[in-house]
Amino acid sequence: MFKIAKIAYRNLLRYTRRTLLTSVLVTIGIVAVLVFIAVAGSFKQLMVGQITDSMLGHLQIHRKGYVASIDNSPLNLNLNPKQVKKVENILEQQPEITSYSMRLKFGGMLSNFSETANIRLNGINPVQELKTVPLLQQRVSTGNGKSTNPPTLKQGEIWVPENLAKGMKLKVGDQVVLVATNQDGSVNGSSLVISGIVGSMTGPGGRDGYLNLKDAYQLLRIKGNEVNEIALRLNNFDKLETSFEVLKQKLSEIKNKKDKPIFEVHTWQKLSPFSNIAKIIDLLTIFVKIILIAIVLVSIMNVMLMAVYERIKEIGTIAAIGTTPRKIWSLFLMEGLFLGIFGAVTGSLISLAIIQYLNWQQLTFSFGRQDALVLSPVIAMSEIIGTALIVIVISTLASLQPAVKASRLEPVEALRHF
Amino acid sequence: MGLLTTRNLSKNYQMGDVSIAALSEVNLEIEKGTFVSVIGPSGSGKSTLLNLIGCLDQPSSGSIQMAHQEISKLDSRQRAKFRGEHLGFVFQHFNLIPVLTVYENVEYPLLMVKAGNNQYQRERILALLDAVGVLEQQAKYPHQISGGQMQRVAVARALVTQPELVIADEPTANLDHDTAYKIINLMKTMKDKSETTFIFSTHDPKIIGEAEIIYTLEDGTIKNQEDRRNHV
Ligand SMILES: Nc1ncnc2c1ncn2[C@@H]1O[C@H](COP(=O)(O)OP(=O)(O)O)[C@@H](O)[C@H]1O
Ligand SMILES: [Mg+2]
Repeated sequence: MFKIAKIAYRNLLRYTRRTLLTSVLVTIGIVAVLVFIAVAGSFKQLMVGQITDSMLGHLQIHRKGYVASIDNSPLNLNLNPKQVKKVENILEQQPEITSYSMRLKFGGMLSNFSETANIRLNGINPVQELKTVPLLQQRVSTGNGKSTNPPTLKQGEIWVPENLAKGMKLKVGDQVVLVATNQDGSVNGSSLVISGIVGSMTGPGGRDGYLNLKDAYQLLRIKGNEVNEIALRLNNFDKLETSFEVLKQKLSEIKNKKDKPIFEVHTWQKLSPFSNIAKIIDLLTIFVKIILIAIVLVSIMNVMLMAVYERIKEIGTIAAIGTTPRKIWSLFLMEGLFLGIFGAVTGSLISLAIIQYLNWQQLTFSFGRQDALVLSPVIAMSEIIGTALIVIVISTLASLQPAVKASRLEPVEALRHF
Repeated sequence: MGLLTTRNLSKNYQMGDVSIAALSEVNLEIEKGTFVSVIGPSGSGKSTLLNLIGCLDQPSSGSIQMAHQEISKLDSRQRAKFRGEHLGFVFQHFNLIPVLTVYENVEYPLLMVKAGNNQYQRERILALLDAVGVLEQQAKYPHQISGGQMQRVAVARALVTQPELVIADEPTANLDHDTAYKIINLMKTMKDKSETTFIFSTHDPKIIGEAEIIYTLEDGTIKNQEDRRNHV
């Protein structure tokens, strides 16, 4: 068997140009796949990070039915102080939840004394909020160039969304009046100073303004500790699903008088349309892998069939001098296997080099207001090994038919080929 | 003593509607340790006969007995094994394996039948290379040596497994007359040394040389059989 391997190896060396051409093709395929996986993966991770860490949080808890009507920011689906307390008790017991932020979302009118526009707002506790969605800070500009010191959201301050600020020519420091309808239908207003402009994000909530929760209570004449959204941050984002299940289980135990659950919990995927883009990236990855398999299959099969036809005389000779069909079969299978291994190894190494180079180049791109996001492509060892194995297995499979063909050649027929 | 016996050995080739009788009703008996030649013009059936005897092809009818076996009945795997264990081949086009050195070409059949002791094998290969006169070429590849040398290597390769019968179909057809003569002489010498049986074919009556038994083939039948040994 070792001898057969040696002959297979030497045959590959004999047809240097063809071997190189085929391995280069396989190599390029692997490089394309691995670099794509690394870059797309890093892009996806950055995007998801931006969405969860600057706006949504990892998980959100609402009163049952709130998410379905989230577009009109209802105030009749708030969690009352007792319910908030219950949720807080549960959250405090979950070690995987590092922080949570209470939000009161509502709609109102913003006026700069000459123009009035609709606005959607989040009443927040800025300390809680920035702990739960730390990247929000980067979205908020305080006017004096790049924000060096964190933006404040003290009582009497407001962060207005970027698009509104542009349309109404608002600057940090400007005075505005916020008017909102209360739960009982009456209208109230308060005067606030702009302390930050919030950059837009894709998805619901991406064009909301922010104000201090206490101001929100005053404006809406809410006495108790009422909120309609609780955003959560986990210590391990990779355990999103399990944490979600645990929380869902815990929350579902709390029922109302009609024995229906009071709360609902959602992962960020259920709340952001970007999760579909993330899914598309995953699909593309699969698609690119399928293309790789096709390239490897076709090129190896082609080169191995050529090898069989070119070496019919040789096959006849070794068959005549006592090489069994099985050994001839394994000879050609091994040639394909070696081609695959060679392509897989060089392809993996080149991919690693390219990925390293991309990191070193600090590729940047912009997403919303974030315009210097640095792409840091990484590839998991399992991904490299998996792809290399696929290529090696497919190379061997592609050689199967040519190898069977070679092993079935009748020596008399084969020897006649001159 | 009979090494190989054929009974009414026939081979027909079907060419569309016509059937060509390449070999018909051949009966021959090859004795152990003889140097046999099959001569005849091109198309007379020499290759057909040697391919059948060499277990490379199957007859249309008739039988071939060798080593207590009916070799015409073996399947392709069994035939490959039989060839590896009992037969050696020398071809018209030398047919060395291009990616192996001279030494490795001679070694190859041994590895196919996996006969034991490595040191013993090595000595045997070197002795054979020496005997056929290509010891100095042992590290070269086939394309680096001459046709005559390639055929010498092929003779060594055919003998390395100590086969009972070496089959050489027109081993000299691609060599000039001088070299051809030397190769036939070499085969005769090797036969005498190893007590193997040799059967070779040629269309050139001039190089029959030292053949002991000569079969003359014409249109697929044996027209004449000559024994040149000095019978006691
Ligand atoms: N594969 C084949 N198909 C058809 N006819 C064949 C085949 N091989 C040999 N023949 C025919 O059989 C006859 C004997 O051929 P062959 O044994 O090759 O003769 P030789 O070796 O003496 O030249 C010739 O007429 C040849 O045309
Ligand atoms: Mg012939």
